[in-house]
Amino acid sequence: MHALALLAAGVTVTGAIMVITRRVAVHAVLYLVVTLLALSVVLVLLGASFAAMLEVIIYAGAIMVLFVFVIMMLNLGQPDSQREKEWLHPRAWLGPGILATIVCTELLYCATPLSGPVRLPLPITVHDVGLSLFSRYVLMVELVSFLLLAGLVTAFHIGRHREGGH
Amino acid sequence: MTYPAILTIILTPVVLLGLATVLTWVERRLLGLWQDRHGPDRVGPGGMLQAVADGTKILFKQDWVPPFADRGVFVAAPAIGMMTVLLSFAAIPVTTRAGIAGDMNVGLLFILGMMGLGVYSVVLAGWSSNSKYALLGGMRAAAQMISYEVFMGLSLLGVVMMAGSFSLRDIVAAQAGLWFIVPQCLGFGVFMLAGIAETHRLPFDLPEGENELGAGFHTEYSGMKFGMFFISEYAGIVLVSCLVTTLYLGGWRGPWLPAGVWFALKTCCVVVFFILLRAGLPRPRYDQLMALGWKVLLPLSLFNVMATGTILMLRASL
Repeated sequence: MHALALLAAGVTVTGAIMVITRRVAVHAVLYLVVTLLALSVVLVLLGASFAAMLEVIIYAGAIMVLFVFVIMMLNLGQPDSQREKEWLHPRAWLGPGILATIVCTELLYCATPLSGPVRLPLPITVHDVGLSLFSRYVLMVELVSFLLLAGLVTAFHIGRHREGGH
Repeated sequence: MTYPAILTIILTPVVLLGLATVLTWVERRLLGLWQDRHGPDRVGPGGMLQAVADGTKILFKQDWVPPFADRGVFVAAPAIGMMTVLLSFAAIPVTTRAGIAGDMNVGLLFILGMMGLGVYSVVLAGWSSNSKYALLGGMRAAAQMISYEVFMGLSLLGVVMMAGSFSLRDIVAAQAGLWFIVPQCLGFGVFMLAGIAETHRLPFDLPEGENELGAGFHTEYSGMKFGMFFISEYAGIVLVSCLVTTLYLGGWRGPWLPAGVWFALKTCCVVVFFILLRAGLPRPRYDQLMALGWKVLLPLSLFNVMATGTILMLRASL
């Protein structure tokens, strides 16, 4: 199981790197989908299968499809790929590179026995998630739903057909 | 992992692909019957070998990738569609014991997730073909399938609330007294419509409506790549029929006959109903389809969730 988790984590990281370096927008989005799927595998192996399925349904299955949809509407072409290429010059890599190295070192430290024995978490069932969402974190849930409602109202307002047409 | 489990995993896709191939012949014969035509009746007894003949022909056709297409994505698109459909079957319990992962505690969500990923097949096929009709078909498919996924998920909530579990085997077990089609008739109706839209079958096959889009998202596909779209569509019909059987028709439950036979019988009935819908109904306009979804099915499925919740709470408090 440990090996499977490491493999999935490796795919996640590789996918994420590919997302940044691809020049064709759709290819980048596809790598992002692969990253999300690999991440959901990690979640399953950690015992959080409900969260993993939500990751697949909502992020990979809905939000990313909308990304592809928008990119299809924009009809990007060769000039856009060229511009992407110009943005990715070596100096732009410096800052993110340093930060990523710090995180990677931390991660490696956690993965080695130096940080103490690894405790496998208990599997989390849908019941557990539901109970904690609507008891302990109910305020958060309400706040998030306010935010979503606001987003919905805004989208409706922007997309509304006005009288006299503009 | 035990030896029989591995055998099941290998055999399931083989059987499913065979079923989907036979289904292409069954559909054409039934359409012929209902529309007072012959249908394919020349190859083999009753035309049964027509599917084999079609398969052979399509395998020997030139496997052509248009020079203007995005090659990698163009090749991957039909494979994605096929894989997501076949993977979904893993969570379907055929009997109390048969099936690959019928006990999975998030089985229903797994299937919804795989259906969500199936959208990529159509959308990417449309985008990578780099042609107008394919692109329009792909965009229609994206909007249609994402919308109908919402109603599909919402219509299933009632079933999940009544069974108290996302595991499909638990859901069948909860239908011991009464099939869910009776208390969840509203959810059943919404699920059927969403299922047709999700598999983009006639009458909701607007992403490939040939009267306005050529062949829609698979206009540029030929040979076995087109064959894979074709077969995964039929596998999708079998999948939705299996889901209807499991969620609303009591799965393997039934008197006298063995469990597996009941499951197969019920699934066959739903498949034939799907074909009957194709034979009987005209295709709506695209905006009508979307309006039906958001203005009728969404309120209906929300009402279903509310009513089911209220009744369950009242019953619990009594």
